[in-house]
Amino acid sequence: MAYTEEELKKELETKEYEYGFYTDIESETFPNGLNEEIVIAISKKKGEPEWMTLWRLEAFKYWKEMVEPEWANVHYEKPDFQAISYYSAPKKADPNKTLDDVDPELLEMYKKLGISVDEQKKLQNVAVDIVMDSVSVATTFKKTLAEKGIIFCSISEAIKEHPELVKKYIGSVVPQRDNFYAALNSAVFSDGSFCYIPKGVRCPMELSTYFRINQAGTGQFERTLVIADEDSYVSYLEGCTAPSRDENQLHAAVVELIALDGAEIKYSTVQNWFPGNKEGKGGVYNFVTKRALCEKNAKVSWTQVETGSAVTWKYPSCILKGDNSIGEFYSIAVTNNYQQADTGTKMVHIGKNTKSTIISKGISAGKSQNSYRGLVQVNSRAEGARNFSQCDSLLMGNECGAHTFPYIEAKNKSAMIEHEATTSKIGEDQIFYCNQRGIDTEKAIALIVNGFSKEVLNKLPMEFAVEAQKLLEISLEGSVG
Amino acid sequence: MLKIKDLHANVEDKEILKGINLEVKAGEVHAIMGPNGSGKSTLASVIAGNENFEVTKGSIELSGEDLEDVSPEERAHKGVFLSFQYPVEIPGVSVTNFMKTAINESRKAKGLEDMPAKDMLKLIREKSELLEIDRKFLSRSLNEGFSGGEKKRNEIFQMAMLEPKVAILDETDSGLDIDALRIVASGVNKLKSKDNAVILITHYQRLLEYIVPDYVHVLHNGKIVKSGGKELALELEEKGYDWLKQETAV
Repeated sequence: MAYTEEELKKELETKEYEYGFYTDIESETFPNGLNEEIVIAISKKKGEPEWMTLWRLEAFKYWKEMVEPEWANVHYEKPDFQAISYYSAPKKADPNKTLDDVDPELLEMYKKLGISVDEQKKLQNVAVDIVMDSVSVATTFKKTLAEKGIIFCSISEAIKEHPELVKKYIGSVVPQRDNFYAALNSAVFSDGSFCYIPKGVRCPMELSTYFRINQAGTGQFERTLVIADEDSYVSYLEGCTAPSRDENQLHAAVVELIALDGAEIKYSTVQNWFPGNKEGKGGVYNFVTKRALCEKNAKVSWTQVETGSAVTWKYPSCILKGDNSIGEFYSIAVTNNYQQADTGTKMVHIGKNTKSTIISKGISAGKSQNSYRGLVQVNSRAEGARNFSQCDSLLMGNECGAHTFPYIEAKNKSAMIEHEATTSKIGEDQIFYCNQRGIDTEKAIALIVNGFSKEVLNKLPMEFAVEAQKLLEISLEGSVG
Repeated sequence: MLKIKDLHANVEDKEILKGINLEVKAGEVHAIMGPNGSGKSTLASVIAGNENFEVTKGSIELSGEDLEDVSPEERAHKGVFLSFQYPVEIPGVSVTNFMKTAINESRKAKGLEDMPAKDMLKLIREKSELLEIDRKFLSRSLNEGFSGGEKKRNEIFQMAMLEPKVAILDETDSGLDIDALRIVASGVNKLKSKDNAVILITHYQRLLEYIVPDYVHVLHNGKIVKSGGKELALELEEKGYDWLKQETAV
């Protein structure tokens, strides 16, 4: 064929991470290390009320007693948690900012990221909250949203302005002691987004958060809390990038979604953290806990396109507590070079007639390892629960791996659970067929991969789907063998 | 238009083509017949540039240009089309999307802009009518779950869309019922012009009743052992290949 392992390797070397720039912005960064003083200092820095400080300290207490999980199918050098700075903020960020006040260098960076905030504001009808390192730097569209009673702001602001909501819901879906990384996040989270949709309101635009790690040697610990009150609807987008660095950067976020009776939340992520270089050096460790609580007749859809990070450990889940609630998980996970991903979902059926759907598409290239890990749990009173899972893996070359770990626990006889899995490889004959029609090998791969991922790409909001498609192409450039 | 000189080709060190000479001029239809394993499909693949085959000797020229170092996709851009004997499936990629990509890639190679959507739709409508293809068919995943006949008809639809200079039809008649064969053949006949050429690879005379060749060549053991007019096909149908094998052995 028109490609050999050798040629591939050469092509891979030319592949660069597009977002690998670093913006020189004056930052305030805490000294490395983690102890009670640091936790208190973070809380103080953010001007938090005492209850929040105590909540953080409680989490820190749990974290100290916990050990890092090792059950995932990933291998990496464990981060030294005392060698990380837990707070870094662009100096000029002002909590009461409007877009006009934002540091021009920051705005320049958004341009590089392809998110012209101004333009997005006007054209795409997307409200954006941008979190750089530890601080939320700009939230757009606030006024338009406020007219409908929608609150969309940074979590720090929410803690001060809407303490009753934060107090009630934070940790209600992902408790502080849920797992090692969630506990760490609870203790040191720096910022993130908060969103509340009032009863019966359909959010008129996409809400979006853009996360960026900029400073060296810092960890990013965002906390996102989305509350959809009864019969409301919101579609939420999340994008992530980081500069290319030799050392590994730690990212441990927590996302909690609460869908009250009859509410619907669509949560879409395009994760493109720096994946490390072609030798597997550097890259972001992405250890994320995402979970949704669905009350009666509520619906939550997680859609994710994961192309970045050196190591991904992530299982967006749904607790289907209310009767007739629905949970969905649509995922595309791409790994190339030395990337490792262990990702999937948990669907916990508690209420009657609850339904869940899992569509997972794993694409592995280079020497990467891509694992799907999913749990479908049907509790004893979940009469009439239904699940459908489909896990498809696509392999490129002979050095990568695809793994599927489905766990099924059914305690109710009426449960119906279906699981389908396929593994395929991009065939030389498919590539030649495309070549013969005038389509070169790169483009052919993009075409085949997009076809493979179509069911999931179709679930993304329009403007995100285009970005995700491009991202898939970039991530897999020159990766067939 | 297409000039093949003393072409030798190997697959995994086994010589399959052992000195093929063939000249196809614009406006001509050539049929290549021969028993199983004679090298017919290999010849088609080699012309299309499939790198699983190694050309050890000889040359292929298209409009005076040697194709030796030309990649399969560039050959396609230059007007080589192969209707595959076994078209592959590409799940999730619709026929329309596939064609759109193919056409725009060729245009890009020629320094042209993407074809405007309006023109693309018009072209698709025109060509699908030519081959009596249901428009719903075009939104299905490429070849996935297609019947044998649908696959072949889809190949000819692609040929119609891409308007090649030299089209090689590798056993396009196999798997077609008589009605489908008639539609496909009439499509090919309509696409035929004084500026392009068609090479039909087939076992049977049947296809040649619908697409009448100017020349018929018999391939045996990697060589063209006999060439003639369309009557040769009839003779083969009647006598089988054995008499030729004997004749050439002498």
